Amino acid sequence: MSNVRVLVGTRKGAFVLSSDGKREKWDVSGPHFAGWEMYHLKGSPADPNRVYASQCSGWFGQIIQRSDDGGKTWTQPGTPPGERTTPEGMPKGESNKFVYDTSAPTGKPLTTHQWYDGTQHPWEFKRVWHLEPSPTDPDTVYAGVEDAALFRSKDGGKSWHELSGLRGHGTGPRWQPGAGGLCLHTIILDPKNPGRIYIAISAAGAFRTDDGGKTWRPINQGLRSQYIPDPTAEIGHCVHHVAMHPSRPNVLFMQKHWDVMRSDNAGDSWQEVSGNLPTDFGFVVDVHAHEPETIYVVPIKSDGEHFPLDGKLRVYRSRSGGNEWEALTKGLPQNDCYVNVLRDAMAVDSLDKCGVYFGTTGGQVYASANAGDSWTPIVQHLPAVLSVEVQTLP
Amino acid sequence: MIRVILPGHLRTLARVNAEVQLDVKGPVTQRSVLDALEAQYPMLRGTIRDHVTQERRPFLRFFACEEDYSLEPPDTPLPDAISSGKEPLLIIGAIAGG
Repeated sequence: MSNVRVLVGTRKGAFVLSSDGKREKWDVSGPHFAGWEMYHLKGSPADPNRVYASQCSGWFGQIIQRSDDGGKTWTQPGTPPGERTTPEGMPKGESNKFVYDTSAPTGKPLTTHQWYDGTQHPWEFKRVWHLEPSPTDPDTVYAGVEDAALFRSKDGGKSWHELSGLRGHGTGPRWQPGAGGLCLHTIILDPKNPGRIYIAISAAGAFRTDDGGKTWRPINQGLRSQYIPDPTAEIGHCVHHVAMHPSRPNVLFMQKHWDVMRSDNAGDSWQEVSGNLPTDFGFVVDVHAHEPETIYVVPIKSDGEHFPLDGKLRVYRSRSGGNEWEALTKGLPQNDCYVNVLRDAMAVDSLDKCGVYFGTTGGQVYASANAGDSWTPIVQHLPAVLSVEVQTLP
Repeated sequence: MIRVILPGHLRTLARVNAEVQLDVKGPVTQRSVLDALEAQYPMLRGTIRDHVTQERRPFLRFFACEEDYSLEPPDTPLPDAISSGKEPLLIIGAIAGG
């Protein structure tokens, strides 16, 4: 029987939740890295025991952690536990080094982006928001960082190098941070086209490369954001999250600041599919593992009030790829609930029936073993949940 | 032997208890102590000072003999009591919240 492993990043540590395919009884492991902000954990599709984690702190900066046993034990890549000195030739202590590429060979050293007040501001590394392991190589992993840039490691996280074509493609100086910072939070690797990567930045928008990260272009046509000077501008949109079903890599679903959007042409153009949602503000969006037209969002009241409408925590599901939505409430609190669900805090497993999971800023992680028809909390009192990822294990 | 006391989270990261003891070659300064610390515990690189600029991370302070040395130039000699190991160099995280 298959098993599932849910990787949960919180404001004060990481947790690993494990169950068999029934998804009724759960083992809870953690906190790992107690007291640290764990922005994201994600397992390698090519080696499920390989898990990468982003650990950070306002005091001590960024740490990358790696597990090779499914989250039981962790090391900083290149710095094995117990080895205190640096043998020659080993890049120890480099796994937390994220330095923007300003070298001449890669073209255009870029030193500033737009600040909140419209002035130019130096690019400053703050943290890793998202880690996206390669679908084919356990040692290759991408990192989306704040201030927005894309990094890649090809040695299991020991060292990181920026794919600077993204910042250098031309619009970088016009990128501006959202309320949460200028963060690259979404990375989607096309499973059918190794050269194609989608990324999204708050508040710059979505971008695509078709040549493995050398060149990029904005893919924001059709987005409309009333809160920016030109609502249909090429860049400047506060994209919160993007999701794709692996069987249809040209079809994308987006939860924008306001508006749920879809694209059927790899982001070349977008159309709104908010339909009958009670509010189309929100952070998460995800796709059913077996039904590419079934998608999920969690509507949030507004950008000023980051909690569910009317105090009712409701997941909305569309079986038609948007526009027509149904509220999923069974097992979810329907009064006095004022939590948020952050952008990386929803995931699906690939069991039959598809499991859906999401975490809240109130510390609950809810699971549905029936594609959202009903929900039960796996845990209820964790620190605020920043991210949820799921591994379906053989 | 130079003694250094780390904040709790960095002790966890470095997998050490209590204070750390270091051999420092030459003059004992903030820079030479941190160089020795990072050589012995490479997982701490980037956590106390920036990887590239080598500047102290803003929410950390360096105390020696009940004095704050955080704003001293990094090559300023530390007190004799630190050089002799009589007193530890304290690396302290700013207390926030509340």
